[in-house]
Amino acid sequence: MGKLVPLSGNYAVAYAAKAADVDVVAAYPITPQTAVVEKLAEFVANGELHAEFLHVESEHSALSAVVGASATGARVFTATSAQGLLLMYEIMHIASTMRLPIVMGIATRAISAPINIWCDHSDFMAAADTGWIMFMAVNAQEAHDLVIAAYRIAEDPDVHLPVAVGYDGFIVSHTIEPVNIIEKEEALRYAPKRVTWFTLNPEKPVTMGSLASPEWYYEFRVQLQKALESSAKVITTAFREFKQHFGREYREVDGFYTDDADVILVTMGSTTGTAISYAEEVRKAGLKVGVLNVRLFRPFPEREVLKHIEEAKVVAVIDRALNPGSSFVGPLYSDIAVTAFKKGLDIPITNYVTGLGGRAVLKSHLDTIVKHAYGLIGKRMRDIDTHYAFVGVRE
Amino acid sequence: MSTFTIASIPREELLAPGHRMCQGCGAAIVMRHLLKALGKNIIVAHATGCVEVTTTLYPETAWRVPWIHVAFENAAAVASGIEAALKSLKKKGVLSYEKRVKVVAIGGDGGTVDIGLQALSGMLERGHDVLYVLYDNEAYMNTGIQRSGATPLYAWTTTTPAGSVWRGEWRRKKDIIGIVKAHGVPYVATVNFAYVTDFYAKLRKATEIEGPTFIHAYSPCVPGWRYEPHLTVKIAKLAVQTGIWVNYEIEKGTFRVTTPVPKRLPVEEYLKVQGRFAHLTKEEVETIQKLVDEDVEYINKLAGATVIGPVEKK
Amino acid sequence: MSSLPGWRDLPRGATITEPGSSVKYKTASWRVMRPVIDQEKCIRCRICWTYCPEPAIIELDEPYTTKTGRTFKVTYSIDYDYCKGCGICAEECPVKAITMVEEVR
Repeated sequence: MGKLVPLSGNYAVAYAAKAADVDVVAAYPITPQTAVVEKLAEFVANGELHAEFLHVESEHSALSAVVGASATGARVFTATSAQGLLLMYEIMHIASTMRLPIVMGIATRAISAPINIWCDHSDFMAAADTGWIMFMAVNAQEAHDLVIAAYRIAEDPDVHLPVAVGYDGFIVSHTIEPVNIIEKEEALRYAPKRVTWFTLNPEKPVTMGSLASPEWYYEFRVQLQKALESSAKVITTAFREFKQHFGREYREVDGFYTDDADVILVTMGSTTGTAISYAEEVRKAGLKVGVLNVRLFRPFPEREVLKHIEEAKVVAVIDRALNPGSSFVGPLYSDIAVTAFKKGLDIPITNYVTGLGGRAVLKSHLDTIVKHAYGLIGKRMRDIDTHYAFVGVRE
Repeated sequence: MSTFTIASIPREELLAPGHRMCQGCGAAIVMRHLLKALGKNIIVAHATGCVEVTTTLYPETAWRVPWIHVAFENAAAVASGIEAALKSLKKKGVLSYEKRVKVVAIGGDGGTVDIGLQALSGMLERGHDVLYVLYDNEAYMNTGIQRSGATPLYAWTTTTPAGSVWRGEWRRKKDIIGIVKAHGVPYVATVNFAYVTDFYAKLRKATEIEGPTFIHAYSPCVPGWRYEPHLTVKIAKLAVQTGIWVNYEIEKGTFRVTTPVPKRLPVEEYLKVQGRFAHLTKEEVETIQKLVDEDVEYINKLAGATVIGPVEKK
Repeated sequence: MSSLPGWRDLPRGATITEPGSSVKYKTASWRVMRPVIDQEKCIRCRICWTYCPEPAIIELDEPYTTKTGRTFKVTYSIDYDYCKGCGICAEECPVKAITMVEEVR
């Protein structure tokens, strides 16, 4: 079993890429992701990681280069944040439909304008519809473990999809925590390198990235959707195997005190920790608050989410991102609300957008949310005038 | 430099017929000989463009070599990744093939001098063992003849139409060779398939040299340049004979004209066969002639001799 | 369209696994004028073969002896399945051995 080392989230991610013995790394510096690239460069410089390190001139080229490398049969890694992820956006869609098992770390950060380097989930959520499998880690250990699990999942012959692992900028990326490091031999036993996807090889020439007419295009987009749907099974298996190999257990979502909760706070990333601590406190005062942490965002784990919220009286979804002008306001909210609606769950499901641009999500904010949610107990969706609120913003 | 003759062109076709490139397409001739010159042991990363869409219409491909297209602006970055993967996997003993695999990036003028310039610069600067081939048809032909940074002065395009105010394109062609050369790469050359042995010699040299190499290939476009399809090779020859296109190479900083033209034809001979220049006045033709004369003077200065001669009226 | 394979049966990512499969698509219908080679006049210089954009001129190892007694080891032949009729071959032929005639279908 691995050893316990104090690491930042960024370093934990870099150690994971090293353990996965990646062949090609291409990345471009951006706050708060930069330390991942620096650490990986150090590993290569010291001969601890035998990889080609591409000092690309942009994130667009970073993802393009790993697409090329992955299509050649290499195990690849890249990482980015915010504007960098938006610059990759075009290639993200291509990577997924071309079915390339790329793994990327996203140290989440607000998107411009105004320019802001601090944490929220706007970048991660903007990539939500690009066809990638997407995880959000709550701490450095998870970021480390999920990157390794990502290779196991992405390269599975039944998957062949890129995987992104998000972790909160600064809050996770720069906070040092004890991390149980997985060593290369262990990582490769768990996620052995097996190239089963199409690759560019002069001995067996293929054409990748062809032009598909209306007669053909649709089928490949459906193929992507179906691949994401069926990856759910592999993800469950990969988590089960992870526990067997490393002892730590992961699920698509985690419920804390959801069994008897009146109000369930749905969270992603580091807010989960704050929410659990808050729930434990208010439970002493008799408030039945539960927390649902969404670890797997794509494919959205509807069944697992439903199991936790079915018996709740109010579901309060906390979003650290905003879809301006949409009918749902927060992106996580839209998935939760649709999931509930499909099962006819007629309870108030409300949205609280908070913590944008690195504004701290405090227990006092959660208190405001829970108080608001408690006021809705017994109501139905149609009884609510407005389904969302901004929490922690100055009017 | 060349003992290469037409007779030594390999018979094997690595670009299959059935592709949808236009009747008389110059780029098709470029691609066909490009592949013959490079052989089978290559991997191609192709930018979006006419050749890309007309050769890989699913479920069929004209390519008999491994080939990938990702997007418009990133052929050089994709090629960089392929080259890095080959290097890494070779070092780790993973690759099953032993021979050196040359990575080739191909882009049109839009994909190279405009939208792909940044990725190209990165690839050249990082020193990847990649041959970049620019097939230059002097406008965005795939989307329907819009001007690019490589469109020559006064050329009609759909976004530089000749009207009462505009006279076609009013800016000069971007000096892509100058930009590439500034990266200090070991080999840069221009090629014109009408001088096919020169074409082969340069492509083979560019492939053999380790590190980033760049080939600027002249590529006439029938619909975009508005001429009859049977004239493709004739126009390509006229480009060299009038001095508006010069075949040269820069090998480790040494400049050499590979197709000397002792007596030049007036540039009008080149312009008048193309509909994109049909609106030109006598004065405008003279302006182009003057600019060609200046370019030729500069070329001769670089060559240290009069390799491109003066214009001789027929 | 219903006879085409469904998404389950298509290779992942629109990858084409058969190199050079564009040969299945015949471009003959694009042709308005048809090139015809006069084997008597042809000097086997390879220029038409060199400049064909398709390629639709085939170089065959078939000996040919002209009426004047000159023997060549190869014969050039137009592949009318793919020839688009651009006319470059006729234009570039140094001995005018290729003529473009109207296509009759």
